[in-house]
Amino acid sequence: MSDKIGVFVCYCGGNISDFVDVEKVKDTISGEEGVAFAKTNMFTCSDSAQTEMINAIKEKNLDGIVIASCSPKLHLKTFQNMAQRAGLNPYQYTQVNIREQCSWAHTHNKEAATEKAIDLVRAGIAKTRNSIPLNPLRVNTVNQALIIGGGISGLRCALALSEMGIFAHVVEKESKIGGNLNDIGIIFPDHKNGYELIEELEKDIKKRANINIYTNAKLIKKQGSVGNFECDIVSGNEKLTLNVGSIILTTGFKPYTPEPNELGYGHPNVITLVDFKKLLSNNSKKGELIFNGQRVREITYVYCVGSRESTKEDGNKYCSRYCCSAANYTSLLAFDIDPKLKQYHIYRDIRTYGKYEEYYEENLRRGALFFKYDEENPPDISSKGERIKILVKDRLIAKDDILIPCDLLVLVNGMVANENAELNNILKTPIGKDKFYNEIHPKLRPVETVIDGIFIAGTSQGPKNISESVTSSMAAASKTASLLIKGYVNIEPTIAHVIEEKCTGCKLCEHSCPYEAISFVNKTDKVIADINPAICKGCGGCVPDCPEDALEVLGYTHSQINSMIDSMLLEAKEC
Amino acid sequence: MSNPKILVFSTNNISDPGIDLAGASHMDYPESVKIITVPCSSGISPKWILNAIKGGFDGVFVAADGTDCPYLTDCTDRTAKIVEKSQELLTTNNLDPRRIKMAAICSVCAESFASHIKKFYKALSELNN
Repeated sequence: MSDKIGVFVCYCGGNISDFVDVEKVKDTISGEEGVAFAKTNMFTCSDSAQTEMINAIKEKNLDGIVIASCSPKLHLKTFQNMAQRAGLNPYQYTQVNIREQCSWAHTHNKEAATEKAIDLVRAGIAKTRNSIPLNPLRVNTVNQALIIGGGISGLRCALALSEMGIFAHVVEKESKIGGNLNDIGIIFPDHKNGYELIEELEKDIKKRANINIYTNAKLIKKQGSVGNFECDIVSGNEKLTLNVGSIILTTGFKPYTPEPNELGYGHPNVITLVDFKKLLSNNSKKGELIFNGQRVREITYVYCVGSRESTKEDGNKYCSRYCCSAANYTSLLAFDIDPKLKQYHIYRDIRTYGKYEEYYEENLRRGALFFKYDEENPPDISSKGERIKILVKDRLIAKDDILIPCDLLVLVNGMVANENAELNNILKTPIGKDKFYNEIHPKLRPVETVIDGIFIAGTSQGPKNISESVTSSMAAASKTASLLIKGYVNIEPTIAHVIEEKCTGCKLCEHSCPYEAISFVNKTDKVIADINPAICKGCGGCVPDCPEDALEVLGYTHSQINSMIDSMLLEAKEC
Repeated sequence: MSNPKILVFSTNNISDPGIDLAGASHMDYPESVKIITVPCSSGISPKWILNAIKGGFDGVFVAADGTDCPYLTDCTDRTAKIVEKSQELLTTNNLDPRRIKMAAICSVCAESFASHIKKFYKALSELNN
């Protein structure tokens, strides 16, 4: 029980205070039962605000705190750590979400949003008031990781883990490692063939005793939790069980395949960017570019194929990010083979960001022409024999359509997520609207998922170029290391607990727990339920099965939830 | 004017991120919606729901984990049973069982949450008249 509670209400630099009267919230709740101190902060998460709060906790001898700010997904840990630094038990801290679940949702009615914020803060105070100090449970971790997907991200991640002394198991569904890079031709910015890069990594991996590669392999079962997962995999005909501390998903992407007749796709002289790059990489004759035995003199590229489909139902709404740079790079590769080529780029916006802008400028210098089209007016493609005719309305220069004849039409296709239905069914990793894996937070926790110990990296989480993919796989490797290297993880102590005096030993909860955390023990005068803390996941699935309310989850106890409900109704009762 | 008060039970890993996303996307839903977050929708006690309605909430919406539940493979059935039990509790207390609503809200189901809540709000407004 806390009865000297500090409450801190955050402006979030306007994100909250633009729609919620933060000062009114503070003034209203400062008289609540148990509140000893209340204050507002411009940015509660800032170092200076945290230092001030620590001082307040110490000076005023506070025994519990409530912070009304953003979603706990962002800063629960930040503030739990802050509480701990101030000498408080972190589980006597409650975070109240008045941003995502209040100010941002109710931007049209400041008064009502303020009332709601007050009610939410009251519930948070009630929760802290009824809290008890809890101590984390410690679980030993296995110093091994499972990487699913043996493309560039997975392989680079395995090497990084190996260097840090963590055994890496790489599961690849195909018969050889390398993924998309095996078959993508010459890549920017290093002018190498994709497979050469993979060969270099493979050579390095073979030297190491702490990386195992499994090909024709997949995960078929996962048990356990962070720090100690038990994973069954099949590799060819072999079945084996791996004990790992973390799982990293580097399952990659697949190139978007245009639909039949989409921008002329299906005609032999209409090919995707990926196929065109392969053609260029294999073209040995300098001075002329040959396609299907014919010399190519005019090439047209149409951009954003399978990307940025804002008007198409179930379309890919996102930008595939790598393709503008890749198409401009490819166009330069074509010029290198035949400088006399005529190359036309029909684009929506050119996004050759960062240093890849150079490719765009170089194309302009070498005579490539660019035409800007609207999504509503896509280029019209027709053909006569092997010749392709493209009619496009350039929105920058003319009202009339421009006719572009060419020998080869290249569709600049984007990236789509691999479906991984079976894998996703086993791991339950959250997937976004774009079908790629979802991280907890795009800025602050970019390679972590809501499931502790499962990380995502590379293009499994969204379109990326190679260096960006590797960057995120390095991040996943370091997150894994920070989890496993110290040898243990602290598990949330918010697990089920038996209120001994209430338990009648009726055994109605006997089959509640699929993990079998519940057993029955003899106490002095009766048999009562008992929870194994190492097994309990803290879901609370057993709670509704107890007719006596003798089971509850710490941090979500009956008295906490009921007092939260009551305090939210305070205003209504006062009226 | 009827402005039904709704209590939502959401879950840390699944439906709460979905509700967060609704806010982050500035999807408007009634301000009288208050949220209590629990680990899993299968851990909600029917008595909490009864207490909420008895205490003055017009409705309780259970934003269930559904098949995305990280803990329990039969979470949907378990949560459905809790809702059923709560409805029985309401009925025996002379309260309208339609004051409880359940829907699975996934971690990106922002639109679905806003639309469920608006529908429930409307249904409760009619119930109050």
